[in-house]
Amino acid sequence: MSLFLIVALPFLGALLPGLMNSAGRQACAGITFTVTLSAFIGLLTNAPAVFAGNVVTVGVDWMPLLGLNFNLMLDGLGFFFAMLILGIGLLIITYARFYLSREDNMGEFFTYLLLFQGAMVGIVLSDNILLLLIFWELTSLSSFLLIGYWKHLPEGRQGARMALTVTGMGGLSMIGGMLILGQIAGSYDLSVILENRELIQESPLYLPALILILLGCFTKSAQFPFHFWLPHAMAAPTPVSAYLHSATMVKAGIFLMARMWPVLSGTTEWFVIVTTAGLITMVLGAVIALFKHDLKALLAFSTVSHLGLITMLLGTGTAFGAMAAMFHILNHATFKAALFMSAGIVDHEAHTRDIRRLGGLRHLMPITFVIATLGALSMAGIPLLNGFLSKEMMLEEANRTVLFNTPWLVPVMATVGSLFSAAYCFRLISHTFLGPVRKDYPSAPHDPGAGLWMPPAILIVPVIAIGVAPFLAEPFVKMVTASVLGEAAEVPTAYFKIWHGLVPALFMSIIATVGGLILLGLFKPLLRGWDAAPRPEAKVIFEGLVEGIVAVAKRLVLPLHDGSFSRYSAFAAVTIIGVGYYAWMTGTVGTATRELQPAGPVPVAGWLMLVAAALGLVFLHRNRLLSLVLIGIAGLMVSVGFVFFSAPDLAMTQFTVEAVTIILLLLALNFLPNRTPVESTVLRRSRDTVIAVAGGLATFALSYHYLLRDSVAPAISAFHVENSYKGGGGTNMVNVILVDFRGFDTYGEIIVLGIAALVIYALTEALLGGPVRARLLNRLPDQPRAGDMHPMMMVVMTRVMMPIIMMVGFYIFLRGHNEPGGGFISGLVVSIGVVIQYMASGFGWTTARLRYPYHGIIGAGVLIAGLTGIGSWFVAKPFLTSDFTYVRIPPFNEFELATAALFDLGVFLAVVGAVMLALESLSRLARRQEAMESEYPMDIDPSREDNDVALQKEEA
Amino acid sequence: MNTAIDLMNGAMMLSFVILGLSQLMAMVRLVIGPDTGDRILALDTMVINAIGLIVLLGIAQGTQVYFEVTLIIAMLGFVSTVAYARFVLRGDIIE
Repeated sequence: MSLFLIVALPFLGALLPGLMNSAGRQACAGITFTVTLSAFIGLLTNAPAVFAGNVVTVGVDWMPLLGLNFNLMLDGLGFFFAMLILGIGLLIITYARFYLSREDNMGEFFTYLLLFQGAMVGIVLSDNILLLLIFWELTSLSSFLLIGYWKHLPEGRQGARMALTVTGMGGLSMIGGMLILGQIAGSYDLSVILENRELIQESPLYLPALILILLGCFTKSAQFPFHFWLPHAMAAPTPVSAYLHSATMVKAGIFLMARMWPVLSGTTEWFVIVTTAGLITMVLGAVIALFKHDLKALLAFSTVSHLGLITMLLGTGTAFGAMAAMFHILNHATFKAALFMSAGIVDHEAHTRDIRRLGGLRHLMPITFVIATLGALSMAGIPLLNGFLSKEMMLEEANRTVLFNTPWLVPVMATVGSLFSAAYCFRLISHTFLGPVRKDYPSAPHDPGAGLWMPPAILIVPVIAIGVAPFLAEPFVKMVTASVLGEAAEVPTAYFKIWHGLVPALFMSIIATVGGLILLGLFKPLLRGWDAAPRPEAKVIFEGLVEGIVAVAKRLVLPLHDGSFSRYSAFAAVTIIGVGYYAWMTGTVGTATRELQPAGPVPVAGWLMLVAAALGLVFLHRNRLLSLVLIGIAGLMVSVGFVFFSAPDLAMTQFTVEAVTIILLLLALNFLPNRTPVESTVLRRSRDTVIAVAGGLATFALSYHYLLRDSVAPAISAFHVENSYKGGGGTNMVNVILVDFRGFDTYGEIIVLGIAALVIYALTEALLGGPVRARLLNRLPDQPRAGDMHPMMMVVMTRVMMPIIMMVGFYIFLRGHNEPGGGFISGLVVSIGVVIQYMASGFGWTTARLRYPYHGIIGAGVLIAGLTGIGSWFVAKPFLTSDFTYVRIPPFNEFELATAALFDLGVFLAVVGAVMLALESLSRLARRQEAMESEYPMDIDPSREDNDVALQKEEA
Repeated sequence: MNTAIDLMNGAMMLSFVILGLSQLMAMVRLVIGPDTGDRILALDTMVINAIGLIVLLGIAQGTQVYFEVTLIIAMLGFVSTVAYARFVLRGDIIE
């Protein structure tokens, strides 16, 4: 199966669980399982090639100019991780099916899980580091959703937030590191980067790149000092913990270290940073784990400790260390996922995960006991189980590693880590399962159904198989190691075996095991000491830090961003004037190249009116209705001005927009007092006056200056003039620009328009759903009102006008391509035609006769425009390529058919829908209790019998 | 022939002046009021005068492309007047 498909399957499949949700839990889990299984089988079909030592690659260029290519590759390392992700994924899905209760939304859970799975598979198969970063961030986001899946739990939400913050910050720094790395290597393709070891390590930017990338890896893999988020993420449902926090996501950081091993490792910096961090994490995690009472917290810290161990092994920079790391990843994934699932079973059955309330479960839950014990013993490093083998290899490697010139440091630390590791494993077994049966369990524990215990049991099989017969895993681990090492080192020849002879590692192992038993014996006094000792609480520190940052940000932002619009516009205006003035003073100014046009009496009259309207507005603006009337003059005179400058398109648009705006503002004025109160001081008003006058003068100076000169660069209009008819098939340049040359812009604009209208609708809905509704309904008019709500004269007139307006709208639409007009103007014309029906006969009457909802009209418009654009793909042209032809159907004259007209239809529909939805929403707010909805178009109708009923209602 | 053109030009000139003047006078009425009703009517008059101005401009330049603009203004110009009127009478223009 193509690698593309393997990565795409979980993403595509993520749609299915949500769709299957109503089909029941079985179907929902079944479809998820099938999706993952298909990807898993697809991966296995590539196995022969990978085992033969080949690297399977596929790729397409995505954004080649940025170096971002959708290149995937499958080598031993990628295969190994993909197998873990998909294989354990299958078990987790089965387990989750039985773990989630009936109240949990299973479709949502599996959708998130598949998204996560796809992102993880994407990480391990990426051959391009930018692509890898995208998948990396996707895992952070999807894991946020999964950790916070139980939205009702505050711990879940906080844990999810913390995990996202920490891993997100790490991801951010990693972007920096990856960009530097790509710059050094000259390519963002991993296959190229991996071949440039010397180039990268000799670069002066090697250290910053290394630190930034390691920050990403350490945060993701919970290495000290970023280990604190992992235990808090345990608020997630257990399947998530088992999947993300033991087998897959936390291994992403380790995967990346392994992936980058050939180019980054081997230097002193790498060795010191990675080994130290790993060593500290390993010991610290193990010590804390011993004293945790929550089963999942214990396992979480043990995971932290084991991740530290693997990191430490990768840090040593030797081929043997890398091999041990790979082997331990395999072993850890098997026994830790099994242990998490067992902890989940205990929690599920006994209703508590607190070790202090457990004990004696051996008799009550024998199957779980066997699974958990085998897993824990493997983790403790007991022979004949797989954990023992990789732990031996780790100790052997530790023995050879010299850190800070102190030969004993690493071996002793490794032994201490193993010792505590053995101790918490023993505690897990003895305090949960051994001991006498208690009577005070929150719920009577018993073994669950096979659906819950089968997945961990399956994982225990390799734990024993590899433990007893290590040679089974050897070829596979060596194959993976070979692909980690690349050309940087040879695969070690050491064989995997249980008995190595009396080597130091064996003695260290014995010390660890015996010491672990002793610690278990001394647990009670140790716990008292631990509880008495002061320790930093990571969550408190983290939250204090976040609050501090928020406080600083507030102090920076709030003084600037205080919600006063006049302040923002003052800042903006002063800045723009200042910058413009600076440019004027320092730049070169050419001489005027154009003559002033003569001013006839009529243009002067128009100009006078504009000035008078603007000045009047300044002095009369407190009377709101009057200022609206004055704005009306300005709009009208600007329309006339557009005609005067030969722009009839603009004039039409201006006038129709003006009409709609007046209606919109009048609707809004209904909720406002008639006069604007005086709210600002004289000083402030003077300041604003100065700024406004300066802004006006600056605008005047700029346009005066510009209008007298030819532009510096040739204007684009020449291109439009030349190509409008030839390329776009229309003689109306404005329309051809809108629907053809800049069609993509227009497409974006109608989408924005639609969204804006929907937001207005949503705000109205929210307002009407809240406590404001009652106040709006019972509001009394502030002035006496005329008696006739829906006058007959207006009703009759609007009915007569309606078909005429529609006809004109249609005409304007059709001629748009060649003559002034088009979809936008005709959309406005038609919506005014509909609005007057609302005005004449009222909201209720008109709504009752509305056949299509406005949302649907907006959607249809955007869809039609989009489909028109997509249509050009079928003839192998880029999105929104237009085409036109001339046809002749007798008895008509020859006429033009253009795809741009279809696109224009989309614009038309979107405009109609958006304008109407906005106006309708605003007028819906104005419903009042006392105004009865009439079933008649007008209140007084001489041809009706019950003429006075409506009037009486109104008076009452 | 010349007389006809002169006559035509004179008529155009006169029409422009008359329409411009009436536009200005409507503007004055709009500013001094005294009533909101007067102002709304003044705006309506201005819309009608604007139609006349644009048509005249079209005749003067000998082009038809401005015709649709006047068509739309004539067809929809009354809408804002009606909306203002409804607002004054009822407060709520869509009820």
